[in-house]
Amino acid sequence: MKILSTLKIAFRALRRNKLRSVLTALGIIIGVGAVIAMVSIGNGAKSQVESQIASLGENVILIFSGSVTASGVHTGWGSAGTLKIEDAEAIRREVPGVVAVSDEIVSTGQVSAGNQNWFTRIYGESPEYFDIRKWPLEDGASFTAQDVRGANKVCVIGATTARQIFGSSSPLGQILRIKGVPFLITGVLTSKGLSPQGTDQDDIIIMPYTSAMKRVVGGTTLRGIDVQVGSPNDLDPAQQQITALLRQRHNIRPGRDDDFTVRNQQEIAETATATARVMTLLLAAIACVSLVVGGIGIMNIMLVSVTERTREIGVRLAVGAHGRDILTQFLIEAVTLSAIGGVIGILLGLGTSRLLSIFAHWPTLISIPSIVAAFFVSAAVGIFFGFYPAREAARLDPIEALRYE
Amino acid sequence: MAEQVVVRLEDVHKIYRTGEVDVHAVRGVSLEIGKGEFVAFMGSSGSGKSTLMNILGCLDRPSRGRYLLDGIDVSGLARDELADIRNHKLGFVFQSFNLLARTSARENVELPLLYGTHRLTSKELTARADKVLESVGLAGREAHHPSQLSGGQQQRVAIARALINEPEVVLADEPTGNLDSRTSAEIMGVFQSLNERGITIIMVTHEADIASYARRNIVMRDGLVQYDQPVKQRFSAAGEARKLSDSVALEVEAPT
Repeated sequence: MKILSTLKIAFRALRRNKLRSVLTALGIIIGVGAVIAMVSIGNGAKSQVESQIASLGENVILIFSGSVTASGVHTGWGSAGTLKIEDAEAIRREVPGVVAVSDEIVSTGQVSAGNQNWFTRIYGESPEYFDIRKWPLEDGASFTAQDVRGANKVCVIGATTARQIFGSSSPLGQILRIKGVPFLITGVLTSKGLSPQGTDQDDIIIMPYTSAMKRVVGGTTLRGIDVQVGSPNDLDPAQQQITALLRQRHNIRPGRDDDFTVRNQQEIAETATATARVMTLLLAAIACVSLVVGGIGIMNIMLVSVTERTREIGVRLAVGAHGRDILTQFLIEAVTLSAIGGVIGILLGLGTSRLLSIFAHWPTLISIPSIVAAFFVSAAVGIFFGFYPAREAARLDPIEALRYE
Repeated sequence: MAEQVVVRLEDVHKIYRTGEVDVHAVRGVSLEIGKGEFVAFMGSSGSGKSTLMNILGCLDRPSRGRYLLDGIDVSGLARDELADIRNHKLGFVFQSFNLLARTSARENVELPLLYGTHRLTSKELTARADKVLESVGLAGREAHHPSQLSGGQQQRVAIARALINEPEVVLADEPTGNLDSRTSAEIMGVFQSLNERGITIIMVTHEADIASYARRNIVMRDGLVQYDQPVKQRFSAAGEARKLSDSVALEVEAPT
C-alpha cells in the first residue's frame, strides 16, 4: 500500500473527529511547547551566567579574606579582615605564573559633586585591576602605581555613577567628594552591565587601595586579592601555592581551617552554570512528563478509534488488506497526530519563549537541536503509544470485525 | 454444468472449539461450482451456510478437507496469503453494505485496489472505478458519500467495489437483507446482468424468492448439503419489478 494514500486516509480519519483530534494533539502540543520554552529559558539563563562569568576576566583567581567555614561557623566571604597588603606583595613576589595582582578594598558610601549626590560602592584597587578584569576606560586615564604609593586622591568612576552625578556632562577633571573627601576624577569606565548576582557593576567608584585605606575606609586589611595568571594551566598550581603561602604567612597549623578563601574563575563558572544546567534539566524533565501524558492521550484515543472502526477494519481485511497494512494505517494516524501536535507545539514553545523574553525580560536561547529533538520525540511518542492500538487493529479477525456492531 | 470449475470443495469440515464443546458447523461438504454459475445457498440459521460462505470467501479455513479456488488449494494458506487471494479472486457484497462512511462512492470502489499489486496511477484508478460504477448504473454519483445515497445505490457501490479487481467469484451475503422488495428486485437485476456477462456469483439468502433469481439453489441443513438443484422457475428482475410497480422503469444494464 502506498504511503501517500495511507497518509490521505489518516488525515481523513483525523478530520472526521476534528475536536477529538485537536484535544488529543493538545497533549503533545503542550508537552512539546513546554519542552521548547523550558529549554530555551534554561539555556538563556546558562548563557547569561557564562557571559557574566567571562566578564570577570581571564585566568583569574579571587582570594577573599575570611573563610566560608571559620571554626565551623559559616561566615561570608570577606567578612573578617585577615588579608594584608603584605600578603598581596608576597603573592606577587613568590607565586610563579602570576602576571598581575590587585589589592582590593570594598566599601560603600555617599558621594557628591555640586548639588548632586549618590550612594555607591567604593572600591580600592591596584592599577592592574583594570587589566585583570578586562575593564577598559571609556574616557580619561586610570590611576597609576605612583598614585598608589602616594595614596593620591584620584579615582575613576563607573558609567552609572557618572550618569547619576554628572548627567551628560563630562566628569573628567571634576572633583568628587567621597565621604566628604575631595577626589579628582581621572577616568570613566566602559559599561559592564549586570553581575551574575544581578548588581549593577557600573555603579562604582574605583580608587587606589591605599587612598581607600587611608582617606575613606580606614583600617589596614584587604577584603580580597585579585590575581591573574598567564594561562589556564597555571590556575591550579597557582591556586595551590597561594593557599600554601597564605597558610604559612597566617601561621595556620595543619588541620585548621583557612582564614581566607581561594576561588578560581573556572570554579565560579562551574558552580553558576551547574545551577543553570540543573534548572534546565529539571524544567525539561517536567516538560517531558507532559509529553508522556500527551502520548497516553493518543493511545487512549487510538484505542477508541480502533473500536469504533472495527467494521471498517473488517472491510479492509475482507478486500485484501494485510495485517501490516492495517498496522501501518493506524500507526501513521497516530504519528500524524503527534507530529502535527509536535510542529504546533514547537511554534507554541518558540512563541512562549519570545514572549517571555519580551515581557518578562527573561533571557531565552532557542537551540536548534532542542527543536529537532522535540519533533522527533513527538513523532516517536506517536509510534510508541500508537503501536499497541494499531497492533490490536491489525490482529482483528475479519469475520468478527465484519460482524461487529 | 459449466465447462470450467472455479470452486471445488472436497469433504470440507469446520469445527469450532468453543470451550469444552466442539461445534461441528460444516460436516463434510463436497461440491463444484463452475465458471459463470449463479448459486444461491439457503438454509435456516445454524445450517452451516454462513460458515461455508466464510470458507468460500477465504475469510476462514476449513478444519478438514480441501478447498480449491480457481485451481489453487487455499485450505492451508496463511493469513496474508488468504488476503491476497481475496483481493485478486474474490469480491464481497454484504447485507449491511459495509461502505466506508464519509468516503465517496469512487473511493469506496477503489478500496481493494489500495491493497493490490497493480501499478496504476491514481488517475487510472479513478477511471477504472468510474467505469465500474457506470456499469452498475451509478454514473454521476461518483463523488457522493454513502449517506447521500439510497440503500439500493449503496449496495450498487458495494457491488462495484466487489467488481473492481475483476474477481473470479462474487460472494454476496444476504445482499437484499436490508432492502425493500422493489430495491431487492433491482439489486437482483444487477446480479443477473453481471451473471449474464459471465461473472460467477455465490449468494447466501434465507428468502426463497430471492434465491429464485439464481440459476442453482443449494440448501444446507445441519452442516450438510441437503438439496442441490438448478432453479426451474427462474425470476427475471425486469419481470418482478414490473409486477411491483408498473410506473417505474428500471435501468438494468445491458451487457457491454
